[in-house]
Amino acid sequence: MSLKPESKANLERLCAKFRQDLIKLLHGIQTGHPGGSLSSAEILTTLYFEKLNVDAKKPKDANRDRFVLGKGHAAPMLYMILAEKGFFPQDDLVTLRQLDSKLQGHPCALKTCGVELSTGPLGLGLSAGLGMAMAARLDGLDYRTIVLMGDGELQEGIVWEAAMSAAKFKADNLLVIVDNNGVQLDGTLQEIMPMGDIAAKWRAFGWHVIDIDGHRVDEISTAVDQAKTIKGQPTVIIAKTVKGKGVSFMEGQSAWHGKPISKDDYEQAMKELEVTL
Amino acid sequence: MSAAKRAIRDVYGDTLAQLGRENENIVALDADVGSSSKSIVFGKEFPNRYFNVGIAEANMVAMAAGLATAGKIPFANTFAAFMVLRAGDPVRSLIAYTKLNVKLAGTYAGLSDSYDGASHHAIADIAFMRSLPNMTVISISDPVEAELATRAAAEFKGPLYLRLSRAEVPVVLDKASYDFKIGKGVTLVDGADLTIVATGYMLIKALEAAELLSAKGIKARVVNIHTIKPIDRELLIACAKETGAIVTAEEHNVYGGLGSAVAEVLSTSCPVPIEFVGIEDVFAESGDYEKLLAKYGLSAANIVARAQKVLKRK
Ligand SMILES: Cc1ncc(C[n+]2csc(CCOP(=O)(O)OP(=O)(O)O)c2C)c(N)n1
Ligand SMILES: [Mg+2]
Repeated sequence: MSLKPESKANLERLCAKFRQDLIKLLHGIQTGHPGGSLSSAEILTTLYFEKLNVDAKKPKDANRDRFVLGKGHAAPMLYMILAEKGFFPQDDLVTLRQLDSKLQGHPCALKTCGVELSTGPLGLGLSAGLGMAMAARLDGLDYRTIVLMGDGELQEGIVWEAAMSAAKFKADNLLVIVDNNGVQLDGTLQEIMPMGDIAAKWRAFGWHVIDIDGHRVDEISTAVDQAKTIKGQPTVIIAKTVKGKGVSFMEGQSAWHGKPISKDDYEQAMKELEVTL
Repeated sequence: MSAAKRAIRDVYGDTLAQLGRENENIVALDADVGSSSKSIVFGKEFPNRYFNVGIAEANMVAMAAGLATAGKIPFANTFAAFMVLRAGDPVRSLIAYTKLNVKLAGTYAGLSDSYDGASHHAIADIAFMRSLPNMTVISISDPVEAELATRAAAEFKGPLYLRLSRAEVPVVLDKASYDFKIGKGVTLVDGADLTIVATGYMLIKALEAAELLSAKGIKARVVNIHTIKPIDRELLIACAKETGAIVTAEEHNVYGGLGSAVAEVLSTSCPVPIEFVGIEDVFAESGDYEKLLAKYGLSAANIVARAQKVLKRK
């Protein structure tokens, strides 16, 4: 089922708003990760506002879909969305990364309502997601588990341990989305650790692969639906993205992985983002 | 006390590059945090001797082991948390077990990566490293010590863990007169009422605490234990005998770190009252570094309070 035009417009409006709010917030606190947060905007927004069966009023409902932010450093974008969905008050956002906050630098399942798994150290999300998927099977529940990973994150060996396990256990209720922005912390993947043909790697591990443009909400929506129809094997969506998407001088730049945003850069970024809103 | 501040990681990066110029057997590895650990300084100058393996810490450390078997002197770099948690197996099974000459540089130790939160803090690294046979464990306090210890690590033969910080730290040691020897503690302030035994950035807090105590008429000795293993038993026993009370201070869980090491020595050789300043077995949180240290009791004020407490037990 393709995305309705009004839904598409709504998602795009939300993404533009989240980008602005994110830059404002990270400028205000002078810490946090803009690059990887911006590249995940459409993926996270489409999941939370169109696809995931989650309800802030019933955050522990047994059959809720499970979302795991493998690339935990994109927490600021996740928090924008969780606040918008009502998991906690919008006013909490400004406390991000400050003493006594519910909002930790990386997602903490004990402190933040709506966070399913504590992440930050890269590479653990997929194995845990597979565990959640197997629990659904044991309990006869039909919820889905969706794990969002960075492309640099794929370099951790445990990711491939999880990949082969998921194929063995035919985890068709597990979906991975790779935020394939081609950039990690120290540089591009090409410079730091080339991953070659990522799709071919997942296929070789027994996964069904769908390639999309990770900034097009309609493609994301269609791929997430399509993955549900694949039986007997897990699916990975490889979403081509741009790190720092939406702010010209951040785009594709590893330097903006975790850099504080200066006043000048903030003003320039907001000017660019206002145009898209 | 000089007011000049430098980031420990910057001093480390510059020193590593300088060592690279002096000895072509020195090689460096990183796991996609070279711009944070500052191993990148070495990497830019010696691209052929620099191996950035991507986000794959276990792979990096096992590879360092292989390099060491062929006579290279590898410095492996990542966050202290990941050095222990991800690379712990090759650290133990390859490097410690067979005494390979690998230097494990764990940066962002303690709470120094403060805003990233508990997932990135390292409060169990000393405990793990110190429990491995054959491992030497060094924890760095100020910029002067960062340079001297990194140099000493390169000259030392055998497995060695270098505990580094992300923080900008004031220079408190005098480079001209400071005698850095692996395994030797250093008395920085003399005093007879009690001894504050500190390591890492907590040394700076200990020096502040000694001044505060002095204003109250309490003369605290301050000892820097940069080498947590092998620990300077003689010095610790002398301090226990001469001052009769000890406060330890470290940016680490009170379980298994410097305090435990000191207690292990003194409980069997010269039992005296000890108080432990460290993280009280909790996960900390995101926040400003100094505010975080204060909230979790890693402050001069808390050292003073513990000093007063230990004196009552004397
Ligand atoms: C195990 C581990 N090693 C290193 C880091 C430090 N780190 C945080 S983000 C990052 C780069 C991530 O790159 P990628 O997965 O591509 O994320 P994105 O580009 O989407 O931001 C690194 C190395 C970490 N968080 N965890
Ligand atoms: Mg990436």
